[in-house]
Amino acid sequence: MEGQLTAELGHFALLLALMIAAVQAVVPLIGAQRDVAPWIAVARPAAFGQFLMVAVAFAALMRAFLISDFSVSAVYQSSHSQMFWLYKLTGTWGNHEGSLLLWILILSGFGAAVAAFGTNLPPALQARVLAVQAMIGVGFLSFIVFTSNPLARVIPVPPEGLGLNPLLQDPGLAFHPPFLYLGYVGFSMAFSFAVAALIEGRVDPAWARWVRPWTLAAWCFLTIGITGGSWWSYYELGWGGFWFWDPVENASFMPWLAGTALLHSAIVVERRDTLKSWTVLLAILTFSLSLLGTFIVRSGVLTSVHAFATDPARGMFILGFLIVVIGGSLTLYALRAPALKSGGLFAPISREGALVLNNLLLATACASVLLGTLYPLLLDALTGDKVTVGPPFFDATFGPLMVPLLAAVTVGPMLPWKRADLMGAAQRLRFVFIAAVLVGFVTWIFTTGMSWPAAVGIVLSVWLVVGSLVPLAERVKLFSVPFTESLQRAAGMPRSVWGMVMAHAGLGFVLLGITVLLTWQTELGTVLKPGQSASLNGYTFTFEGAGNVRGPNYTAVRGVFSVTRDGRPVTTLAPETRSYVGSAMTTTEASIRPVWFGDLYAAIGESDGAGGFAARFYFKPFVQWIWLGAMVMVAGGFVSLSDRRHRVGAPARRGAPAGGKIRTEASAAE
Amino acid sequence: MNRIRSAALAALMALAALTGAPALAQTTIDEVLPDPAMEQRAIAIHKQLRCLVCQNQSIHESNATLAHDLRMLVRERLAVGDTDEQAIQYLVTRYGDWVLLKPPMKPETLALWLGPPIILIVGGVGAFVYFRRARRRAPEAPLSEAEQQRARRMLADPAD
Repeated sequence: MEGQLTAELGHFALLLALMIAAVQAVVPLIGAQRDVAPWIAVARPAAFGQFLMVAVAFAALMRAFLISDFSVSAVYQSSHSQMFWLYKLTGTWGNHEGSLLLWILILSGFGAAVAAFGTNLPPALQARVLAVQAMIGVGFLSFIVFTSNPLARVIPVPPEGLGLNPLLQDPGLAFHPPFLYLGYVGFSMAFSFAVAALIEGRVDPAWARWVRPWTLAAWCFLTIGITGGSWWSYYELGWGGFWFWDPVENASFMPWLAGTALLHSAIVVERRDTLKSWTVLLAILTFSLSLLGTFIVRSGVLTSVHAFATDPARGMFILGFLIVVIGGSLTLYALRAPALKSGGLFAPISREGALVLNNLLLATACASVLLGTLYPLLLDALTGDKVTVGPPFFDATFGPLMVPLLAAVTVGPMLPWKRADLMGAAQRLRFVFIAAVLVGFVTWIFTTGMSWPAAVGIVLSVWLVVGSLVPLAERVKLFSVPFTESLQRAAGMPRSVWGMVMAHAGLGFVLLGITVLLTWQTELGTVLKPGQSASLNGYTFTFEGAGNVRGPNYTAVRGVFSVTRDGRPVTTLAPETRSYVGSAMTTTEASIRPVWFGDLYAAIGESDGAGGFAARFYFKPFVQWIWLGAMVMVAGGFVSLSDRRHRVGAPARRGAPAGGKIRTEASAAE
Repeated sequence: MNRIRSAALAALMALAALTGAPALAQTTIDEVLPDPAMEQRAIAIHKQLRCLVCQNQSIHESNATLAHDLRMLVRERLAVGDTDEQAIQYLVTRYGDWVLLKPPMKPETLALWLGPPIILIVGGVGAFVYFRRARRRAPEAPLSEAEQQRARRMLADPAD
């Protein structure tokens, strides 16, 4: 087997992929401009070939990681022969070079998917889309080939690797990056379609119908990625936070906000043939934010450990690429967008109007996060002043924008297209409003410490969850027709409606989780000797003792705490701190148990040298709702993706003979 | 130590192997103030102050040695009778505004704080102008004679 899939073969495949991408970026584009069919036909095989070559390179790297081939520099830098095999495998993308290769693999994979499944696309549009996709590919492939070769050899061959960052040796984090990248890179599809449409000078409902499923799929994956990262930081960082407004988190959150706006505005293009220019701009901006996130994390502009690429050449390359892609696409937009004719008219109070409000608030929220993330960097670069933009800034700016947005989420789907009656919608939602206020009031009576923001959060989450069910109830005529007929109607309802209802209700669950957690979580930090106990929220934590534990490549101190409530045993918690072989790093492994209405959470820290250990206990009410709610949103996305009109019905371009049109013309001719 | 959380978040992007210290929660041993009310005040202040060697992390959450020292410093200031504001001011004098997680309103941060409302207003005005223009373009061109005839025929025969 040795020598069949070597690093050299992988490297060769990578160079071939770069050359194929270069051809794919130029030939089909010229072919589409001049209407040369054989040149247009280059696009599809090139997309398959590029994907195949990148896959070979990726497989070569993965094999080197699996067999711990320390002659490959990336393996030596971030793997270890004693590591569990799964982390050897996922170590493939646990380093700068490998994660870039994963980025490119997914990018070329999306290209191949368009070539394979986009058979109903007009050939010229498909060729242009694949050409734009290949341009991004050329940029990243050159970056990796010229500055970050993942398959470079080390001579002499080191006997042992330096080890993978212990934080990455965790099942949650091992599979987090592929999902995040599927989302990030998935938005490149929307970008490629937008640029291709600008080159063609045409954006119509058919275009939106092609773009939407790709954007929706990317959005689902990005949501999974962000949620997974949030969950990981909850159990791994030892104090149970779920979001930190850290620049690296913001880097993934900004494309999510812009992508969410894009999903909604594309609906308007698809249904009403208007808001086109804005939608194209959003598609460009969403992917630009994905690239910006890559730049922020890779270039080392964030001080401290985020500077993976200590080599400034890498930072400059990405910055240059960023300027070319964003500058180029925005210039093209400025030149071509004015030619995009707007279609259907609508009044401010209408379904379209609600979606415009959605876009306005999401775009402003996204811009606020961008401002807060980049401000310290810009201020430092321009004046040398140092300023910290911490969570309080984001709470103060992002929070207030979310209140009207979340309130409108329930109202929007109740409004008809073109022109709507707000009072009528209010009438249909009055029971939801009463229910939401009632729940808020009852919560206020039965709890202590409820603040105004908490009250708003509770009321809004009920408003969202119950309110998102109203369009559903109306469509199936719940209670106004026999129940069995309602069921039949529900079964026949388009899946996109189900998807919307689930996504909006999921958002309500997330909000409820966040509100309850932030309002009523309790914590206690203390030093305990064996036999001593501490109380929190009615639970008593008794320290049974601590001992050493050996793992495959770490040693750990494990503390055992028995938990009782009113004298009855509830559970046993066993948090650890781990020290890894070949690393100065330790990690905390918090011990978490779900109980009624929340999680019990324990972390153990340093010894006081006299038999006592630092320990922290938390009660985290409703915290799981945050991630469960996000998963409901993702499920909604996938349900909507399975909608009939995405699967069948080659979306016909306007002017193509659609059934209804032929009939009317036939009758007119009579 | 402060590197720990930023390291963790970096790892979140799975970008690379870091050379960092551990990223732990605050599980170091603190000598807490004897007065529980004063300790609560200290914790409230801790949550507003940045761990100087960490990324966006408060000294309350950080396991860094420096964060521990700063926590003890805040407790000392409260113990000698400082108000909350005086204790915070004491640290700002020593470390600058950088120590505050919430950037103070001053000329250099004006663009930061005014940015979001200005963006919202500009966007709102943009949407307003869009609707105004759309209304001026309306009504759409009236139906041509042939279209009117067809519409009449279709209305007369709904099955069409």
